[in-house]
Amino acid sequence: MKPLTLRSLRWLVAGMSALAAVATAPAVHAQAAKYGPGASATEIKLGQTMPYSGPASAYGTIGRVHQAYFKMINDNGGINGRKVNLISLDDGYSPPKTVEMVRRLIEQDEVLALFQTLGTPPNSAIQKYVNSKKVPHLLLATGATKWGDPKNFPWTMGFNLSYQAEGHIYAKWLLKNKPNAKIGVLYQNDDYGKDVLKGVKDGLGAAGAKMIVSEQSYEVTDPTVDSQVIALQGAGADTFINITTPKFGAQAVRKAWDSGWKPLHIINNVSASVGSVLVPAGLDKSVGLITVQYYKDPNDPQWKDDPAMLEWRAFMGRYYKEGDPKDASNLYAYITAQTMVQILKQCGNDLTRENVMKQAANLKNFKSNLLLPGMSINTGPNDYYPIEQAQLAKFTGTLWQGFGELISVSQP
Amino acid sequence: MSAVPPVTTAPRVPVADAVAAPVPVEAAAAVQAAPAQPPRRLERRHLVAVVVLLALACALPFFIANYRIFQLTLALAYAIALLGLNMLTGYNGQISLGHGAFFAIGAYTAAILMDKADWPYWATIPVAGVVCLAAGFLFGLPALRLEGLYLAVATLALAYAMPQILKHKAIEHWTGGVQGIVIVKPDPPWGLPISQDQWLYFFVLAWLVVLFVVGWNLLRGRIGRAMVAIRDQPVAAKAMGIDTAMVKSATFGVSALYAGVAGALNAIAVQFVAPDSFQPFLSITLLVGIVIGGLASISGAFWGALFIQFVPNVADQLSKAAPWALYGVFLLAFMYAMPFGVAGFVQRVAARFRRSPRGPA
Amino acid sequence: MNALLHQVLSGLASGGIYASVALALVMIYQATHLVNFAQGELAMFATYLAWTLIQAGVPYWGAFAITVACAFVAGVAIERIVVRPVENAPILAVVIVFIALLVIFNSLAGWIWTYTIKPFPSPFPSQPLFGNSYVSSHELGSMAITLAVLLLLFVFFRYTPLGLAMRAAAQNPESSRLVGIRVGWMLALGWGLAASIGAIAGMMVAPTVFLEPNMMGGILLYAFAGALLGGIDSPGGAVLGGFIVGVLENVVGAYVGTELKLTVALVIIVGVLVVRPSGLFGRVHVTRV
Repeated sequence: MKPLTLRSLRWLVAGMSALAAVATAPAVHAQAAKYGPGASATEIKLGQTMPYSGPASAYGTIGRVHQAYFKMINDNGGINGRKVNLISLDDGYSPPKTVEMVRRLIEQDEVLALFQTLGTPPNSAIQKYVNSKKVPHLLLATGATKWGDPKNFPWTMGFNLSYQAEGHIYAKWLLKNKPNAKIGVLYQNDDYGKDVLKGVKDGLGAAGAKMIVSEQSYEVTDPTVDSQVIALQGAGADTFINITTPKFGAQAVRKAWDSGWKPLHIINNVSASVGSVLVPAGLDKSVGLITVQYYKDPNDPQWKDDPAMLEWRAFMGRYYKEGDPKDASNLYAYITAQTMVQILKQCGNDLTRENVMKQAANLKNFKSNLLLPGMSINTGPNDYYPIEQAQLAKFTGTLWQGFGELISVSQP
Repeated sequence: MSAVPPVTTAPRVPVADAVAAPVPVEAAAAVQAAPAQPPRRLERRHLVAVVVLLALACALPFFIANYRIFQLTLALAYAIALLGLNMLTGYNGQISLGHGAFFAIGAYTAAILMDKADWPYWATIPVAGVVCLAAGFLFGLPALRLEGLYLAVATLALAYAMPQILKHKAIEHWTGGVQGIVIVKPDPPWGLPISQDQWLYFFVLAWLVVLFVVGWNLLRGRIGRAMVAIRDQPVAAKAMGIDTAMVKSATFGVSALYAGVAGALNAIAVQFVAPDSFQPFLSITLLVGIVIGGLASISGAFWGALFIQFVPNVADQLSKAAPWALYGVFLLAFMYAMPFGVAGFVQRVAARFRRSPRGPA
Repeated sequence: MNALLHQVLSGLASGGIYASVALALVMIYQATHLVNFAQGELAMFATYLAWTLIQAGVPYWGAFAITVACAFVAGVAIERIVVRPVENAPILAVVIVFIALLVIFNSLAGWIWTYTIKPFPSPFPSQPLFGNSYVSSHELGSMAITLAVLLLLFVFFRYTPLGLAMRAAAQNPESSRLVGIRVGWMLALGWGLAASIGAIAGMMVAPTVFLEPNMMGGILLYAFAGALLGGIDSPGGAVLGGFIVGVLENVVGAYVGTELKLTVALVIIVGVLVVRPSGLFGRVHVTRV
């Protein structure tokens, strides 16, 4: 036998490597990509319901921002090479319709995940079903506190700063800065208004019963809230907690001023938009308003040259021309879309529903530069509240001036 | 100057016959339907048609997806509500823009019984019906004095008021207030090898058949004729000894019963009730359903139910920009082409078919 | 007492809103003996037109005039094109047509102008009269305009041949035709006038409630209630009814509580109508058998 030369040894090694490569190749390739329903090598399907019609139609613009954002992502190559297809259906803010549409999204369209389904009653209607079907129910467009309950609903994760947490912040601030306040509350008679009010009351604790002198509610079908504002004034309140949606927030701000009532005026985050609320109400009538913020206001002059804001404006101008750049909802929606993209990016090539949920509960210090400076989004297997920080701000007549530290809210 | 009655009088268009030329007679707020006769004796061919349709309806859920079965179940529940509303508005001439309220009462009755009192789902249906029968009758009493437009607006006010009532803190402990009530979906009984959706479909179908048979019997009997008489000639009806007050109130009650049963079935199918599920537009949608389907006709309830369940979805598919504008266009198209509803249209076509083999009428 | 006065005055202010829309409803009822459920949406759409003109730089009263004129033309066109085909159909079919118009205009407005609320200018000074803190100048001004329109309508129907012809055409089309009245065009004219009045109402309402596609939703119910309370065939009654409903709504909300405001309003409306089925000032009709 010829002795084993170096040359033949090299050939032997090469041959064995090639054999090994061929043998293991399928296995390596299989580890690279896993697809659940709604995902493939070219596409990721997401689903949502939005109130494009009905009493909450003002929020339909959020869904349109999402469409525009994903179009922008797709134009730039998609996520890991896959295009995002968001199927957005109208539910008119009516829970039975939401159930019907979500069943379609899951059973017929077979989406990978639900994203930013809007409204507490609509989401309450589908929560059990979605969890039983084990579909990620992500970044709900509502601040109801109950969406952060991984023990009972492991597939549902909210997004907004919880309403109760917001009310809590106001209460604590009042206890510290104006403990003798006589508080009048105006609240929308729905889950949102009641949830913030609960947060306020819980935050005030035992002192609350003495401090709150009047509570006035209104329905979204009411034409004005003038009567309620007058009643609060008449009850002798010197502090006004204004838990409303933009239209009524603006009416309340204006009416309080016109009636000669100058309370310490706290307005909730949803109605704090300079463009949609304070300008219609009258900037001069809005001086001194207090609110809690967690993202930048698009009309706030202090962010005029902020790079993230400019980027957002460019996006609006290019991809969502018919949208109103004064509407803070359009900025909020952008942040939620960025977060979803981050979750999908983190999934890599494992696009199963389980992994999407795992990554959603694995956001570590994700910063969207449209959030307030210093804020970041964090989630964990036991922490299903992406937004847990906020800052109090006071309106100067032209912009919201943040004051105090960034507050970290503790969730119930 | 002769005073003109504000309401239910001279028909705008005379009855039934497709050949008669319409005479434009002044009418204030009259309700008139074309095929205005109460249902006739059940002829054999009708019976055959009904049996065939029923057989098809029973077979259907085994060939379509669960989600579609769910949609059809919702449509069937709407059909029950529409038959009830049709009794009141089509046959008895009382316009109600508030039947969504009774739908809501029925839904909440079922939900509260299931959630707070642990009742089985099937037992809640009759209770929902009875509660709404009482509620409808009670509302019908003061409504007796209201005619046409006035009744319409009063019932519309009821539709607006209901969500607020449901949120009231006095009953929040039962209704769940703004958060609503989540209901558990029932399983098929006796271990039947069908899905939950399929079972619910049959459950609703069974109630539909029962209520339709009862309704049909009611309408073709003395009471039904009394109802139509009150609609067309109220004064004459009274003069002839019909207790108009009792008939009108009873009709209100019965129609509310139907709406309540429909609401309860809807709640069980959707597994959730909340005040937002019963916005004022629901009541308007029910009215749309009976007119599109065909006033004063039983089959109209089905056409109307299919329309209000599926056409909004179709409009949403066709137009993302303004789907409801498209829906409005569909409404216009239907009203131009079939002012007497689909049932009226079908009747005319059938009548024409029957006539042609024998030559000109 | 001060609080009550405040609520009453505020109620008159919102009552003014209901009264102006109620006028449009009565107008169309007097002309056609039908109630147009789409009246509110037409008014809203017209207001958006005015807004667009003002944004484009047209001065307020110019935009006002153009809008009223366009609304008139649109009203006539809608009657001739959309309502005409069903004029001999059952009443409820016509009601469905109105509902279709409601839905179409609402959806189109949302599509064209989005759902974000927009401020709408008021032609009245922003300082309140005598510096009072109860009613703004705009609220007083729009009440004045509503009353002016009411007066014009009254004069029109009572003292002009055209007004008489319109009333005749609505009450008795057959006989009217026989005396030479063009009934079809009378109906169209009625629609045009109602649309114009609606446009004025919309432009008076928008500065207070802010302009958005759903702006008229809640108002329409109260406007209906006011119109019926006062009597659907009496313009003066309808305006009075609107004011009454406004004050009632405020007082009930303040003293009984806002949580049952709609129910109490409902009970009161039904109560009044049960006692006086034609409304407070409506003509009681005698039925001939």
